[in-house]
Amino acid sequence: MSGSMEFLLWTKGPMFDIAIAIFAIGLLVRITEIFMLGRKKNFAEARAGEWGPGFRTMFTRTVADPGTFQRAPFNVVVGWVWHIGFLMALLLFLPHIALIESLTGLSWPALPNPVISLVTSVTLVALIATLVHRMTHPVKRRISTVEDYLVWAVVFAVVLTGWLAYYRLVNPYPLVLGMHILSAEIMLILLPFTKLTHIFTTFIARWYNGAAFGRKGVQS
Amino acid sequence: MSELTLERGLAAFRAEVDGPVAAFFSSCVHCGICAQACPFYLETGDAKYTPILKLEPLRRVWENDFTLWGKIKGLFGLNHKVTDEMLAEWEELLYDSCSMCGRCSMVCPVGNDLALMIRKSREGMVQAGHAPEGLIAASVRAIQTGSPMGLQWKTLAVQIQHVQTSSGLEVPVDKEGAEYLVLLSSMEIINFPEYLEAITKIFDHAGVTWTLSTQCFEATNAGIQIGNKDIAAQLVERVVAAAEKLKVPKVISPECGHAFTAIRWEGPNLIGRPYPFRVFHIIEVLDELRAAGRIKTEGMETDRLSMHDPCNLARKSGVIQQQRNLMNLVAENFVELKEHGKFQWCCGAGGGVSSNERAEPLKMAAFKRKKAQIEEVNPERMVTMCATCRTQLEEGLEEFNMEIPVVGLTEMIAEHLVEKN
Ligand code: SF4
Ligand code: SF4
Repeated sequence: MSGSMEFLLWTKGPMFDIAIAIFAIGLLVRITEIFMLGRKKNFAEARAGEWGPGFRTMFTRTVADPGTFQRAPFNVVVGWVWHIGFLMALLLFLPHIALIESLTGLSWPALPNPVISLVTSVTLVALIATLVHRMTHPVKRRISTVEDYLVWAVVFAVVLTGWLAYYRLVNPYPLVLGMHILSAEIMLILLPFTKLTHIFTTFIARWYNGAAFGRKGVQS
Repeated sequence: MSELTLERGLAAFRAEVDGPVAAFFSSCVHCGICAQACPFYLETGDAKYTPILKLEPLRRVWENDFTLWGKIKGLFGLNHKVTDEMLAEWEELLYDSCSMCGRCSMVCPVGNDLALMIRKSREGMVQAGHAPEGLIAASVRAIQTGSPMGLQWKTLAVQIQHVQTSSGLEVPVDKEGAEYLVLLSSMEIINFPEYLEAITKIFDHAGVTWTLSTQCFEATNAGIQIGNKDIAAQLVERVVAAAEKLKVPKVISPECGHAFTAIRWEGPNLIGRPYPFRVFHIIEVLDELRAAGRIKTEGMETDRLSMHDPCNLARKSGVIQQQRNLMNLVAENFVELKEHGKFQWCCGAGGGVSSNERAEPLKMAAFKRKKAQIEEVNPERMVTMCATCRTQLEEGLEEFNMEIPVVGLTEMIAEHLVEKN
């Protein structure tokens, strides 16, 4: 018991600081790299401004256009389900809110635990579905790299350990909680160096896309 | 041209990496949705035609040279380099199987503008010596003769004569101070001479002053299709010089989608300064004249018509409503294809695919998407406003034994003009 307690304290203490530091510095470097590159001045007469269309695309791209939805419903729906499930578990589970409050002072109401546990179970199933899809769909198989599977494994581990901790399915409890925290920390550490960066950069990408099309008079 | 090498190619790839490119590659989650937008993947079912995969050379250059993480990986020899063999393999992916239709850029959930990156990648391919023969030949002809098809003014002069005889109207040439300088595309001059007669009639009807220029009549830009900024800039400068010499405030790009994006959106950036004139697609001009009440038409087409939006005109240039206004002016039985406007499907021939002979089978494969769309609404005729699209639709429909004639919108408007007395 004492070993697992020490492990838990380590994940909550020094390891947490290390993870946050790598995450913050790595992400800062990544975003700086993007903005330092910038864009060349555009001399073509614009039909419309860039900011409005850019901001609109930042939000509208979250929903697939009807044609794409019809052609790839599985991809779209499963992607949605697990992203929403992950975000709900991350942001609306009481202990997570307590952690955020201790770090930032901000807090909000939580969802009842049974709801979160249901959401988490659905997320796990959806994640497995994305893995099967990645391994079987010809396009996804072809474009997938080791990184895709690594990132999948880490995200899955975060959700799975959280679920195991909630149901206290592993003994001793500090061990499974520590594993949950550690996997979340690994995810944070990997974030700036893998496709997980999209959590932040997708909004920059979408803005650039919306701006480029927008100045030509098309809402993309 | 001095020797084309991998080093030059890599330098050209590097020169294309900017903030958007870095944001796009940082964001890709390998979801594969972009494949669902690409007619070349959808109609062949071959996963190598997935849009994001076509960009792997540019992605590697970005990762290796523009990210701290990539540089660290490089120190340990863990990075993937771009090799000459790789670029040779990618030539088919970046040219033969991409019409730069921009549809993938509309659907990527993280917002990647893939078509923009294809355009950028081609700059690197040219410098590395991996551009298709057909496009190289077109570029050389464009520089040497002014036309990618090697067409000379004397051919056009003969056509002008015909138009003048059959319409009884003057086709103005080198008229200083006209409102519009009219550009044409060689494809149009050869395949669709009706266009020149149509605008001659419409402009006479509407009282518009216009002119052709003996100095420069070609609107298309082979330099952009192949991906060579120097050639592209030279071709743009010719248009600018002609327009400046004739002191026109406005330039009209013909029924050609590519020519329009080339001169309208890329041109000023290629020469590094804004134009002293404004650029319009003929359809924009016609719709303006319509709105101002300067086009009076009579009679309506009564058969079932549908319309193909050229990618370059609709999705990539925002000209979507104008052609519909014009259709409604002269067609009473107009049905839209299901996905149209900014979400239309490419005919398969754009982006230099049609000038690249060896891409013929892929071009016809990609057309099947359009064919399926047309079959869905089963029109008696198709209308479009791009000579390349029109040629492709005609050839494709013939290939599949579908008897659906294709007409140009400008011509159709000209046929309904109220006779002057
Ligand atoms: S749709 Fe976008 S995120 Fe998905 S694989 Fe293609 S480029 Fe990457
Ligand atoms: S621009 Fe069009 S043809 Fe090219 S990859 Fe994208 S969807 Fe395919």
